[in-house]
Amino acid sequence: MIDREQVLHVARLARLELSEDEVERMAGELSSILEHVERISQLDLDGVEPTTHVVELENVLRPDEPRPSLPRERALEPAPDPADGAFRVPSPQA
Amino acid sequence: MSAELLELTAGQALARIESGELDSDAYFDAYAEAAEADTLGAYLWRAGPGARGSGGERLRGLPIAVKDIFCTEGIDTTAGSRILEGYRPPYTATAVRRLAESGARLLGKTNMDEFAMGSSNENSAYGPVRNPWDPSRVPGGSSGGSAAAVAGRLAPWAIGTDTGGSIRQPAALCGIVGLKPTYGAISRYGMIAFASSLDQCGPLTRDVADAARLLGAMQGPDACDSTCVGIDGGVQMPSREDLQGLRVGVARDFSHEAEGVEPGVAAAFERNLELIRGLGAEVGECELPHAEHGISAYYVLAPAEASANLARYDGVRYGLRADADGDLTSMYERTRSDGFGAEVKRRIMLGTYALSSGYYDAYYGRAQRVRTKIAGDFATAFESFDLIATPTSPSVAFELGARTQDPLAMYLSDYFTVPMSLAGIPAISIPAGLAPPPGGGPELPVGLQLASPAFTESRLLDAAHALEAAIAFDARPPAAGEAGP
Repeated sequence: MIDREQVLHVARLARLELSEDEVERMAGELSSILEHVERISQLDLDGVEPTTHVVELENVLRPDEPRPSLPRERALEPAPDPADGAFRVPSPQA
Repeated sequence: MSAELLELTAGQALARIESGELDSDAYFDAYAEAAEADTLGAYLWRAGPGARGSGGERLRGLPIAVKDIFCTEGIDTTAGSRILEGYRPPYTATAVRRLAESGARLLGKTNMDEFAMGSSNENSAYGPVRNPWDPSRVPGGSSGGSAAAVAGRLAPWAIGTDTGGSIRQPAALCGIVGLKPTYGAISRYGMIAFASSLDQCGPLTRDVADAARLLGAMQGPDACDSTCVGIDGGVQMPSREDLQGLRVGVARDFSHEAEGVEPGVAAAFERNLELIRGLGAEVGECELPHAEHGISAYYVLAPAEASANLARYDGVRYGLRADADGDLTSMYERTRSDGFGAEVKRRIMLGTYALSSGYYDAYYGRAQRVRTKIAGDFATAFESFDLIATPTSPSVAFELGARTQDPLAMYLSDYFTVPMSLAGIPAISIPAGLAPPPGGGPELPVGLQLASPAFTESRLLDAAHALEAAIAFDARPPAAGEAGP
């Protein structure tokens, strides 16, 4: 159901680099999972509203008061390559 | 002395501490030492003896094990993933903070399936967890470390997370109590996200009263999680001794008669139904016509949400960054490929596919509508019944490796637990008895699941408490500690 080309396309969307083996395996596994999932295509769902969230909530508000946020140094501490108070990354066009 | 201490429930220990009969530091240290000697792979980080707490009066320094999915300030938090190896969060999850403020002390962080994706704890980047009833078998997942620690006398109680069964199924397979509260009962702030519309924190304990205690200490609104409203009126300690006046629904296609339920599990469930009747409840047949489609809907919705949530692991702000000479995109791709395990990649792929242009309506849109139908089935059933009963898991604990080559078989482990997650309602698993595994061998625990309407946890716990006393499960895992009973 899902072929090699589709696996490569989705992997690109998901920013995953897959090995040849993984591509092969993924095609088979995703196909068998989707085959099971396909069962819901037989249900009559006309006019049924989609559920995005189970607790009925609307506009949870709080007073708009300033409060301290995480200090910059603390936020940068776990970063693999912090520099000059920011997160350094490779160039988008290296 | 210390072996006997490890047999107490947390509530029993609390009573002894309050009466001055037990020293809270000695109790903590007994568990810290037991945790150091862990041979099940249940822990990823341990506090060690000597850790001291906040002095909170409610939980009086009791030790607690916390699934490694909860952020703990300055303490390694990996979510079972290589991509977060060595990550020390700058803040603590609300649920953990509330426990600490109540006086609980962090005993350790428990092993788990990577990002809570799995039903056997075999997807941890740090090795599997073994079931204390039989170390050749899985403890269930994804909160497998928490369940094994509590059952194996390596922690008096623990917390975990449940997205589609990740508290209830391991609790069942390890012979303990596991509660998934109503979505919105406990804050998700600082709980590493898997599927945000489903994830919920909950307790894994040795008895129902302990589950009520932990739920009471953790629940309540939180300004840091606007979906969290808390349980109106709080949580009452369970005290009920019978089930008089309660109506318990059992759905034919979604019970012991469902396809794939092991005979031993079905027999235990039938014995449980007799006990439920014996306690004065009326047992009737209810209908949950869409529950059988729960797995299909769940394995679209949860991976879709996961694919978005896990986009944050990109080697920029925390965690692993792979060495890459190329551009930004190749750094992202290499980091994620090195850092994520096979199941996480599979779910990201599945979710990305389900959300991709051309497939969105067929998969994601339809799954959201099935979710509406499943929630509607429960709402209708609760017009005639107070509780719904099912087996928690179709099988007892299976052998390590038995389902790793067949993702779909693994997913079906959550057949009975996923629909309640989709509906957002509370459900508890309590030990229901023992059953022989299909291939023969020593008997293993079976779980009974009870579900009730949203935010009726006090009623659910009360009923579970009465039933727990009637079932009188007193078996003990042979691999628990060295001391023996």
